Amino acid sequence: MSGHAAQFHNAGKHFDDLWVLRGVTLALPAGRTTAIVGESGCGKTTLLQLVNGVLRPDEGTIEVLGGPVPTTDVETFRRRIGYAVQGAGLFPHLTVHGNVTLLARLEKWPPERIQARFDELLDEMGLAADLADQYPIQLSGGQQQRAGLCRALMLKPDMLLLDEPFSALDPISRAELCEQFIVAQRQEAVSALLVTHDMREAAQLADYLVILGEGGVLQAGETADVLANPRAGYVTKLLNTHLDGTL
Amino acid sequence: MTNPRRGVLARRRKGSPATRRRAATFGFAAALVAAALSMTGKPAPEPPGKPIVVASKNFNEGYILAELLAQLLETGGFAVERRFGLGGTLVCYEALVAGDVDVYPEYTGTLARAILGRSDSPSVETLNAAVAPAGLALLPAFGYNNTYVLATTRPVAREHGLATVSDLVPMKGLRVNVSHEFLDREDGWPGLARAYGFDWSPVGVEHGLAYQALADGAIDVTDAYSTDGELLRYDLVMLEDDKGFFPEYLAAPFVRADLPEAAKARLTRLAGTLTEADMQALNAAVLFDDADFASAAARHLGTLGIESEGERSNLWQTLGRNTLRHLELTAMALIPAVAVGVGASILVFRVGWLSRAVIYAAGLLQTIPSIALLAFMIPLFGIGATPAIVALFLYSLLPIARNTVTALVTVDPVLLRVAKAMGLTRWQELRHVLLPLAAPSVLAGARTAAVISIGTATLAAFIGAGGLGDPIVTGLALNNHALILQGAVPAALLAVAVEFVFEGVERALTPRHLRAAGT
Repeated sequence: MSGHAAQFHNAGKHFDDLWVLRGVTLALPAGRTTAIVGESGCGKTTLLQLVNGVLRPDEGTIEVLGGPVPTTDVETFRRRIGYAVQGAGLFPHLTVHGNVTLLARLEKWPPERIQARFDELLDEMGLAADLADQYPIQLSGGQQQRAGLCRALMLKPDMLLLDEPFSALDPISRAELCEQFIVAQRQEAVSALLVTHDMREAAQLADYLVILGEGGVLQAGETADVLANPRAGYVTKLLNTHLDGTL
Repeated sequence: MTNPRRGVLARRRKGSPATRRRAATFGFAAALVAAALSMTGKPAPEPPGKPIVVASKNFNEGYILAELLAQLLETGGFAVERRFGLGGTLVCYEALVAGDVDVYPEYTGTLARAILGRSDSPSVETLNAAVAPAGLALLPAFGYNNTYVLATTRPVAREHGLATVSDLVPMKGLRVNVSHEFLDREDGWPGLARAYGFDWSPVGVEHGLAYQALADGAIDVTDAYSTDGELLRYDLVMLEDDKGFFPEYLAAPFVRADLPEAAKARLTRLAGTLTEADMQALNAAVLFDDADFASAAARHLGTLGIESEGERSNLWQTLGRNTLRHLELTAMALIPAVAVGVGASILVFRVGWLSRAVIYAAGLLQTIPSIALLAFMIPLFGIGATPAIVALFLYSLLPIARNTVTALVTVDPVLLRVAKAMGLTRWQELRHVLLPLAAPSVLAGARTAAVISIGTATLAAFIGAGGLGDPIVTGLALNNHALILQGAVPAALLAVAVEFVFEGVERALTPRHLRAAGT
């Protein structure tokens, strides 16, 4: 994949009278991991939901995977975009296998193909094969999150949307999972869009950084560039708070 | 037979003098509304070979008269279907108009008051003219008059020289206690007071207690019905209605006019032959002598030279039949209720105000008293199983719909966000996420509905639906506890059994994640 996974042209979104995002112009690189960083309520999740068409922009345009977000048969479009969420959001009535393979079964993949892909993903995300028949409630937080990522990757999506998937985990699980994710992301060659409030996590995982604040983009660029040249005062503050002592 | 006032009746503790009036008030108001709501009766020309449906109201004398009529027809070569114990005058009347019933015993006074709204005592001919437009006919009366009487004990009568109602007028000091109904009815105390010039009022008493109170000397005078067995049991004196105030209540077969002439002729076989004493003896036989309606009726027909089997049904067979019928009523209501309740919930749960409206509507149905809801069904569906099933269906909707809507709207919104973002269609979200998660609640709702239905279905006997309510209704009419228990105990056991079955189904269907959660 070359070019852009998603492009925002002067996009804005408001809820009632409040503009959550305004004048957002961004080009998110394909095949790499982009982190959207900002404090709670800065519009990170809104930006994510504009990408998969769960929300529609009130102004401006957004192109995803080389075209506008479709208004019909949006399900087919969304199945090209994996989705993982804080707390994993696994369906409690389905096993790990049931959760991960749900979409593939709905897509009528042949069983052998489903099983092969399932095994591959479990291995990739470091989940023991004997967890396949466990229900979410029987899993640790880290295992749930891994299963959630497997589910997001099942259909070999072109893009992955990650809404703070690591933030509910303890530091050790989190560090492990982040490393695993980096490997998996490369292996799957998927464009990833990660929303996080944690600058350290963003710095570890992302090639490209977008700092949100004050209803818009404060700074965007290659991770190394942003870290080296924080533009606005807020960005500096954010970097100092989170990365203090590590960089 | 010449002196039925001796011996025959003095046997056991009091039986409820379940009278036509009492029975008629049961579910009466509701039936009135129902009658007002719709008078659309089904036209029912008898298909050849169809049995003649004989019905009765749910009180002792009604059952006996109906059984006499049924056996008369059977011994005359007609096929008969019994629909006994219907809940009141208007239920019977509506069913007769609708063609669900071909004949039931009615009283001229009741017909005049409750159905025609008259306050006088019209003759059978006058009544016939009034009901003819509805396609009905009152056949010649059995003979006796079952009307109100004032009764006192022999010692009181002697002491105060009481023989007629007029004698009672100056006796202000006597303890006169009458039933609450008698106190209120225009053909009871208010009218009597005007006719005789009473310038004082009696006190109300529960009718079931009045006989015992008289016998114990706690009260001096009470009201009674002239065919009550207790009059004899307690050796009471009936005060003569010397001004002829009390209306006539002549019992007569009330039939559909389109009944075959031969059947109508057969039904008049007893016309003019039943005396007050006969009826007292028949009532007493059933109330105090453990005779069932069929054998009591058969015995009486035997004295007239009509050989009737008076078949006594096998207890276990009856129990089995009633239980099966009960289950059938419940299941036929519950299964569509689950389908409709869940279906409607699915359609509305995403719209907050609409789902609230559905729940409120279902709740409103629940507030209609069961017997009233059953009565509402008669003008629409006649009598029998269909109206009962519809009523039970309506009752079952609330627990099912409420549980389903609640379960659907309380599914974790994160799961729905994930389902949407994953690219599940609305249907797939419903099928793979919402419904499985709501299933335990839906089942719990169905379980509640099933148990409620089993309880409510016992009332369906009042509209001729059969089931375990049949022995309960009959037992209530006879104050026969054994008979009541024949319905009540199996119904209770059935409710428990259904609980167990549902528990099993719930366990089998509970998603394993919930069971895993328990470990």
